[in-house]
Amino acid sequence: MSDFLQRFGRFWLGTVERLGRATLFLAQLMGGVFSLIKRPSLLWKQLHASGVMTLSIVLVSGLFVGMVLALQAFNTLIDFGQENRVGSLVALTLVRELGPVVTGLLFAGRAGSAMTAEIGLMKATEQLSGLEMMAVDPFKRVFAPRFLAGVIALPMLAAMFSAIGVLGGHLIGVEVLGVDKGAYWSLMQNSVSFTSDVCNGLIKGLVFGFVVSWIAIFEGADCIPTSEGVSSATTRTVVYSSLAILGLDFLLTAVMF
Amino acid sequence: MTPDTAMPEDGPTLVQIRDLHFSRGSKRIFRGLSVDIPRGKVTTILGPSGTGKTTLLKMIGGQLRASKGSIIVDGLEVGKLKRGQLYELRKRMGMLFQSGALLTDLSVFENVAYPLREHTDMPEALISHLVLMRLHAVGLRGARDLSPAELSGGMARRAALARALVFDPMMIMYDEPFTGQDPISMGVLLELISTVNTALGLTSLMVSHDLEEAMSISDYLVIISAGVVVETGSPDELRASTSEWVQQFLQGRPDGPVPFQAAAPNYETELLGESSASR
Amino acid sequence: MNARAIEILVGLFMLLFLAAMFILSMKVSNLTSLTTTAGYTLIAKFENVGGLKERASVAASGVRVGEVINIAYDPETFEASVTLSINSSYDSFPMDTTASIYTAGLLGEQYIGLDPGAEDEVLQDSDEITLTQSAIVLERLIGQVLFSRSGGS
Repeated sequence: MSDFLQRFGRFWLGTVERLGRATLFLAQLMGGVFSLIKRPSLLWKQLHASGVMTLSIVLVSGLFVGMVLALQAFNTLIDFGQENRVGSLVALTLVRELGPVVTGLLFAGRAGSAMTAEIGLMKATEQLSGLEMMAVDPFKRVFAPRFLAGVIALPMLAAMFSAIGVLGGHLIGVEVLGVDKGAYWSLMQNSVSFTSDVCNGLIKGLVFGFVVSWIAIFEGADCIPTSEGVSSATTRTVVYSSLAILGLDFLLTAVMF
Repeated sequence: MTPDTAMPEDGPTLVQIRDLHFSRGSKRIFRGLSVDIPRGKVTTILGPSGTGKTTLLKMIGGQLRASKGSIIVDGLEVGKLKRGQLYELRKRMGMLFQSGALLTDLSVFENVAYPLREHTDMPEALISHLVLMRLHAVGLRGARDLSPAELSGGMARRAALARALVFDPMMIMYDEPFTGQDPISMGVLLELISTVNTALGLTSLMVSHDLEEAMSISDYLVIISAGVVVETGSPDELRASTSEWVQQFLQGRPDGPVPFQAAAPNYETELLGESSASR
Repeated sequence: MNARAIEILVGLFMLLFLAAMFILSMKVSNLTSLTTTAGYTLIAKFENVGGLKERASVAASGVRVGEVINIAYDPETFEASVTLSINSSYDSFPMDTTASIYTAGLLGEQYIGLDPGAEDEVLQDSDEITLTQSAIVLERLIGQVLFSRSGGS
């Protein structure tokens, strides 16, 4: 019994210690972000790596999610004679929830894991040490650009996901299922508020981008510099990011809506 | 010479280490290590694997902090420097990592130019000039556009050396430079290290367990074991040393003061069971 | 990939984002109507607001002229106090305008309809619409029908 307690206590102590390390890491990250203003080219490169490269999977997923939503919404609403509201339902679901959350999960899996693997590998091949010995701060040159790129890219990708989802919904709802085009768009416009729905969705995207990038970069920088260490760090990034996104989504939804 | 008061005979000291203590987790790596690294010479730190030789280099470079003791480089106490001052000091030191540690997303040229671009506002033409000079010195001017993935291990190290030299540092540290090299690359590296040291008036500090190579180009040797300095001196002095331990190390004998068998219970007992011990 | 190609791609990425935001704000949400919230407020008190919600439409002759921005209970008069925001360009509602709660379609959303009266004086900012008609509550309607049937026979 005492053995179990010991291990339990050690586990929690270790977790708290890790969380503390991660927080100090975040503080250093923020310091590095300020110096990015002088060197924006690093940011463009990372925006390309995180944003542009994740674009295709986000657009394809968004399209399919929008189409499925329209299909399911139609099947349910037609029982109440309210099939005109398909547009409303698709748009609200996407903009408020699925846009930021699904994009966040896709981002964590694609860009987040790539960031962790890349940084972990840099650590394992002593590139980070090399940078330090050349009097270059890895926070400024390696970590901060990736962090800022993630924070910026995720809400943008979420907006694109929602937009193409709504278009996909139109494709299925109006073109295929026969919902009235005017009703689709006008009822949608009446029910989606720019400030409380679209903007809140963007805020969610920002928060998710912050958390996913933080986790991804920290795991990479903190990993054990062996191939096993890098691989488990990458896995941890995806798992923790996903859990964080879902948990934060609940909190944010409760606060915002 | 007694280990803990090692003093070089020629010239002032560049790096002075006193009573260094350092532990990694529960393992004590240094227990009161003291050594002086002479200026302008090639010094090699020798010792069995795992004695913390690389850790020592990292501590001199300020990447790790000692729990007790002091490291003074060119008059500056490394442990007490603030971030900005530490970075200034690092610009005057070059370090060659075991794998070269070149940045994988840049070409060889860009890698060598990297410190110049980061720390100075030099015009492109001047940067190009300096970089090509260094690359020529290590014999890689023709490889300037290759990416690090396309280089062999030896070439990568030479490129890293060119990068370390770009600011004309006062000291270069080499972490296991000879490990895993074929004889020709080895010869090239040896030649480079000693030429660079003499031509540029540097201090070279190497960490290695490749005995012959190290002894062939070093002016001064420091042997570390069990967290303290065991023996220091020039290669000839060490060869003439009467310490059994040093002799085992130098001659590569498998058994001696450093035993072949790691500590283990009695073999007979383990094989045949407790009853055999009472027989 | 050279720096220029990266910059171009990132620029395209930004453009795509702006396009998405355009779609989301113009086509999907009510941003277009938000920009014309230069409006003035009117108060209307009802016995029963039924299913009226905030942001419900306010219409005159079937045309949307504003929206409901607040619904509160007034404990002094025991009535519901509804605050309306009317578009500034519609500033000539007479003082005896009636505000009624209608239902769009049979079972749709509820909205407020304004029927102008005949007075010369016009409603200004923060004025109260005194003539109001509450929402029709279905249970009461059924009760009335049953009552009148049993009474009539």
